Amino acid sequence: MASVSAPASQRRPVTPSARPRARHRGWTPYLLLAPSVAFLAVFFIAPLVQGIELAFTSTSGQYGLATFHSMLNDPGFLSALTDTLIMLAIVLPVQLVLAMAMALLVSSRPKGSGFWLYVYMLPLGVSELTSGIVWYSVFTQQGWLNSILTSLGVIHAPVIWLSYSNSLLIIATIVVAEAWRSTSIIVIILVGGLDAIPREYLEAADVFYASPWRKFWHVTLPLLRPALRTALILRTVLAFEVFATVIALAGGSLSVLATKANNAYTQFQEPHLAAAYGVLIMALSVLATAIFLAGLPVREERLP
Amino acid sequence: MRRAVLRYTGAALLAAWVLFPMYLLTIGAFSVQSAIYHYPRDILPSLSWGTMRFFLDSQGVPTALGRSVIVAAITAAASAALGIPAGYALARYRFRGRDAYRVTIVSTRAFPVVVLSIPLAVFALQWGSYDTVWAVAFMHTALTLPFVVLISSSVLTAVPADLEEAAQVFGCSRPAAFARVTLPLAIPGLAAAGGFALLMSYNEVFAASVLTLERPTLPAFVLNALTSSPEPYKYAAAWLLMVPTFVFIFFIRRYILGVGRAR
Amino acid sequence: MADIVIRAVRKTFDRGRVTAVDSVDLTVADGELFVLLGPSGCGKTTLLRMIAGLEAADRGTIMIGDREVTTLPPRKRDLAMVFQNYAVFPHLTVEQNIAFGLRMKGDAGATEIKEKVRQAAELVDLGGLLGRRPAQLSGGQQQRVAVARALAVSPAVLLMDEPLSNLDALLRLKFRSDLKRIVHELGTTVIYVTHDQVEALSLADRMAVMREGRIVQAGPPLEVYDHPASTFVGGFLGSPPMNFLPVAIDGAVSPGPRSPDAACPDDGPRAMVGPRGDSFPAPEAMRGWCGRELLAGIRGENMDVLSERAPGAVAGKVLVVEPLGAQTLVTVASEDTEVKVLTAPGYTAPPGRDVWLRPAPDKVRWYDPDSGAELTSP
Ligand SMILES: Nc1ncnc2c1ncn2[C@@H]1O[C@H](COP(=O)(O)OP(=O)(O)OP(=O)(O)O)[C@@H](O)[C@H]1O
Ligand SMILES: [Mg+2]
Repeated sequence: MASVSAPASQRRPVTPSARPRARHRGWTPYLLLAPSVAFLAVFFIAPLVQGIELAFTSTSGQYGLATFHSMLNDPGFLSALTDTLIMLAIVLPVQLVLAMAMALLVSSRPKGSGFWLYVYMLPLGVSELTSGIVWYSVFTQQGWLNSILTSLGVIHAPVIWLSYSNSLLIIATIVVAEAWRSTSIIVIILVGGLDAIPREYLEAADVFYASPWRKFWHVTLPLLRPALRTALILRTVLAFEVFATVIALAGGSLSVLATKANNAYTQFQEPHLAAAYGVLIMALSVLATAIFLAGLPVREERLP
Repeated sequence: MRRAVLRYTGAALLAAWVLFPMYLLTIGAFSVQSAIYHYPRDILPSLSWGTMRFFLDSQGVPTALGRSVIVAAITAAASAALGIPAGYALARYRFRGRDAYRVTIVSTRAFPVVVLSIPLAVFALQWGSYDTVWAVAFMHTALTLPFVVLISSSVLTAVPADLEEAAQVFGCSRPAAFARVTLPLAIPGLAAAGGFALLMSYNEVFAASVLTLERPTLPAFVLNALTSSPEPYKYAAAWLLMVPTFVFIFFIRRYILGVGRAR
Repeated sequence: MADIVIRAVRKTFDRGRVTAVDSVDLTVADGELFVLLGPSGCGKTTLLRMIAGLEAADRGTIMIGDREVTTLPPRKRDLAMVFQNYAVFPHLTVEQNIAFGLRMKGDAGATEIKEKVRQAAELVDLGGLLGRRPAQLSGGQQQRVAVARALAVSPAVLLMDEPLSNLDALLRLKFRSDLKRIVHELGTTVIYVTHDQVEALSLADRMAVMREGRIVQAGPPLEVYDHPASTFVGGFLGSPPMNFLPVAIDGAVSPGPRSPDAACPDDGPRAMVGPRGDSFPAPEAMRGWCGRELLAGIRGENMDVLSERAPGAVAGKVLVVEPLGAQTLVTVASEDTEVKVLTAPGYTAPPGRDVWLRPAPDKVRWYDPDSGAELTSP
């Protein structure tokens, strides 16, 4: 009796086949990329180079570090730098936990998960400015938070949340605003990443005695690493740019690096100083990106 | 069973965290003026159109809104025109430099808009294109292009290359195969990629405020007026910036996830 | 003690539009190696996934040992599974993959885990590959990792979904016997899904054939092979499949209910084939079916190919002769039926040659042509 085995088409291994399509040798892909490359060269590379040049020249047109000197000597510089970093250090973990909770809830596909996902995505459409205004209306002295606390009898006199003298409290309100507005971009990246994990791996973890928590830790998280890394990098870079929220919430009583840059340009007409702040933000962004890239290496061969 | 309840409670709490501030903004923008200045504020105030009408009738608001829409439309069109071919190349070809391009396009986001828009403003001043919708729109295109490339690449990857190859076997040229087979299947996703660019542009403040002076987009206009305007006015402005985008997000919600899928 | 008792289990997909498993009752004894066989899409994987707890049954109960597990999560069922598509974790090395279940269970020390991993890897010939990652393995090697991962936890119940499908013939032969020995030594209760008939017959203590979500026959493999309960089972199990010759008992070629006075010849009932009057003897028990048209089910190895007319043989013409090595497969057209016969190696005959097929009388099974069910006596 001959053995009869299943035709190959009935088996769909989910494990890596790691077989990229043959390398293409024509010009077509390059032609397709050309427009975007050309555009980025004009509107990205050129201003980038120009920006760096601006930062490294003084108002009188000499090359050197004069602009950076005046930036460092700017009385508000140090507090702007530390406040930016403190804000980032708090908001990033908060957002990550929030976004992970949202993404896991959505991707476990309860009934109505499409609705939840839509709701969690909504802040994508909220600009920094709107977010700042919304939370200003909450935290201002006659605002919603005090109103609600008063109505509940928790406090008797309005608390001054946006106090000129308490920068940590203002940072906390900025963190709340940012966590509210910009968590959604992490959510969509994580949901996309979770969707891309074949269900079989999670099922195998289930069968092999993993509790939900250990399944998350030993299977989901390692396979989610590329998405996680993208999200962290993107969020960090965008957090360095937060600016309208700060203006709306803090007015002039607290600065971050981005508001400094904007003020330097729009209020004091000092493009060199503004560019120097820009270069500093860029340096920090690149540094953060490098740290995430090195700290969370992604190896294609370890992914599905 | 208990887990399901737990899950729904969690989902609902997180949704409340997202939605409740939006509700507060809405009643801020639509309550009668006196209610806003009354303390403590009422969670269920009487509503009126007064604030919104006042805002929409203010000097400069309708034109700023119009400019925002124009800038967003140019951004969406330009980034789609530039980004979709690139997304197609990433989705369909393996070629030398593919990974380099992918890394570069993603890492452009590591260079903050702050560092780009200030020199661009200087350029624009020199070329006489300062304070125009074009300068803002192109700046926004540079910002949104990476996202459009990523989303369209993920959308196009999802359309099996086999289909396109089958069409070629049956006599289509490569562009014709794309137009007749892939495009119809991918068009909602590609439209969503453009929609995402539209969304980002409509919301962008920094570049818009640096690159404009007399002719700002709505966010830049509101930002300039922020310190000098009464609270109801701010709420109306913020509400108007926010709500149209919700309709948009509804239509592109499934495709936005491509940002996370593309590696 | 881990027998598996499944009662009236049902599973539908797409809001009831697709019935994957339709009211299955099944008992697998403790320590038994039970094989599930059936055509693609008949619900084998779905049944296995319900036993594992990866899919919730719409109805019915599942017991493992003394525990009802119908609603328990997989990790609380104390079983292991080899997935049809392996599901070998890409981010872990072979060693870490095999150790995964032991780690998660958490009741073994590091050295014990290492030792068990080594043993399991040895069993499937993966000893030298422990440090590799799945992306660097072939499909068959990945499948072996999946098998080793399941064996390493020494579960009470082991579910295997086509675990050897991607191995070459030689490895498959080796693993088949190794597997049988190991699970019997350990006393593991195994449910084993396969498409491979030889595998099914050689491995199974008992087996079941599924069709469209139902179990159509269960029993010891040789019993199922010898006594297919229906034309479906006979046609599905065995290679070549069982032949079904339309016959009439006693030669009265008139369909419908038997007339009470139609009598079979005194020298016993005969199965008449075609109008020419070829026939072979039928057992005495078939006397009750006199005057009816039936299907005679005859396995290819239970017929002789004769080159001359003989009593109890049916005429036909050779269509194809296929040497298979240990045997020769001859396809013969008899009346309107194609009959596949296994005969001695070295048999040759040109196409078109007249031959006579003689069934071994006690190996013929009888089936109702309408329902396909096996008939014994009326
Ligand atoms: N998640 C699902 N959604 C919808 N239909 C499904 C799903 N899983 C299985 N089915 C359907 O249920 C039926 C049984 O599928 P199952 O995978 O159990 O078959 P199988 O016997 O394992 O087949 P094979 O031998 O090809 O692996 C099929 O018709 C299949 O299409
Ligand atoms: Mg199956």
